Amino acid sequence: MHQEYTIPAQDFSVAGVASSNFKQLLKQLNLPPKVIKRIIVAVFEAEINVIAHSYGGKIICELSEDTITVEIIDTGPGIPNLDLAMKEGWSTATEEIQEMGYGAGMGLPNIKKSCDRLSIKTKAGDHTHITLGFDLKEEP
Amino acid sequence: MNNQIFHHAIRVIPSSCKGCTHCMKQCPTQAIRIRHGKAEINGELCIDCGQCMAVCPNDAIKVEQDPFNQLENYEVRVAIVPAVFFAQFPDTVTFGEILGALYAIGFTHIYLAETGVDILNVLGAEEEEVELPLISNFCPAVQRLIQIRFPLLVGNLSRLRPPAQVTAIFARSELAQLTIHPGIFYFTPCAAKIAQFKTEGSEENKLFDGIINIDTAYNIVSTYLAKHDQMRKGSLTFSMYTKQALLWSLVKGQIPSHHGRTLAVDEMHNVIEFLEILEEEEQTNLQFLELEACAEGCMGGILTVRNRFLASERLKHYSQQLPETLDEAFKDRIRSQSKAFHDNILLPPFEATMAIGLDTDRSRALYKLQKVTDILKVLPGIDCGLCGSPTCKSLAEDIARNKASLKQCVVLKLRNAQTSSSLSRIWGDQAKAEDVQKDDRE
Repeated sequence: MHQEYTIPAQDFSVAGVASSNFKQLLKQLNLPPKVIKRIIVAVFEAEINVIAHSYGGKIICELSEDTITVEIIDTGPGIPNLDLAMKEGWSTATEEIQEMGYGAGMGLPNIKKSCDRLSIKTKAGDHTHITLGFDLKEEP
Repeated sequence: MNNQIFHHAIRVIPSSCKGCTHCMKQCPTQAIRIRHGKAEINGELCIDCGQCMAVCPNDAIKVEQDPFNQLENYEVRVAIVPAVFFAQFPDTVTFGEILGALYAIGFTHIYLAETGVDILNVLGAEEEEVELPLISNFCPAVQRLIQIRFPLLVGNLSRLRPPAQVTAIFARSELAQLTIHPGIFYFTPCAAKIAQFKTEGSEENKLFDGIINIDTAYNIVSTYLAKHDQMRKGSLTFSMYTKQALLWSLVKGQIPSHHGRTLAVDEMHNVIEFLEILEEEEQTNLQFLELEACAEGCMGGILTVRNRFLASERLKHYSQQLPETLDEAFKDRIRSQSKAFHDNILLPPFEATMAIGLDTDRSRALYKLQKVTDILKVLPGIDCGLCGSPTCKSLAEDIARNKASLKQCVVLKLRNAQTSSSLSRIWGDQAKAEDVQKDDRE
């Protein structure tokens, strides 16, 4: 099962619409609430990242029996220093975005904590392609 | 997973139902479908909130009712009466007169349900291992809504026993010297409480012996008052209660009991909108949420008689003469029964029912989810409800669950008139598409 969402740049009023829509799908799959929570936290953070930092992009969700893969592909401008971006509290967000309550530098670190697999392909001036993997086996 | 069979207090009266779809469109859990021209309620999804009953133009939805003479089975007959009952009467009828009438019609002891608030305070009851924000479990319809539609939030539900249950335990303990089998009756302003009480094995089922609908009690008390000019006034068995207890069931009534940032939300669609946000939000900085299914909280319960705003105002006005805290004699009376509350203050943890899932088997659920997405592309998306499902999406889900057919879509049928009619399956025999089309040609 395949589901795609288009995410606009800089439009914070729609922040969370894609992850909320995706959450409704996950609920219908009878996944344990804890697993849904994990997935939604990560997808929500990724959605905010695309809105706050990119020129816009897409979230592509692939659902199968054992795993859920979420790809977040934006149209640039890329992350110049990925190691710094993975550090908690480090942020490139503008003052304006931080005033709106976003840009605390927890986006990528929170995503990493919530998913089972994470791969990030990016470079300055190019687009960013993040792939999140979630295992659906029952949690204790 | 919760395998408990949940009892429902709300019934469709088929002879009055016209299948008009008002209730179906209002239902917050999409539990209603129209089949053969009548509304049908899906018991797995119904939360007994009564929204359907409130919008029904044909008086075709009723709340079940036990006969009042059930009192006769007991020698000691205890009424656990919530403050909302007193608020049903205008200022011309005093609290004392209402109590006098309740004794006259057969009760031997009367406790205010919200006395449980004071009891919990005196006993110093506290939550354990809470997930913030804590969500009040006071409104049974909201509690059930979370179990069905918001599985991510069941861990946030408060496990502190609600006041009426605490009062019932207290009354049973206090009256143990009189009898080991008192009849303890709860006066309910809503259907959701009846549903809880009638669910086999529920806490309410264990603690109460009967339930009396507030509208029925109102009628019986009013009839008695009308026939008797010289009323003997009565008083509560546990006669004094605090301001905080009396106002507990009003909107924001629970807020003073909590520290930090709190929020009170009333009315079903507000509650749902809020829970959707809460489920996704990581940090709300909120400590406590009071959520009520009815506008104005219990004052707007579907079994109430009086205007909800007037009812609220009467309690607020009356509360001005009540103390902030209990006096020592009453505290001692509560402490003397503290044994009854040993290991008895917290409810068992709440569980999600997962009733909104498409299938318990994940690969089948995934297959059905794909099917829903595919069917949705074909459906018109105007949510007309003529198929007997509340929205195009819910029809798609019904089809994926094998509970409906694509042929039920009236819009598709009109676009493609050759396909055979299934209107009779939805609407009964009165409205056959072929007949209508034939009439058009003539």
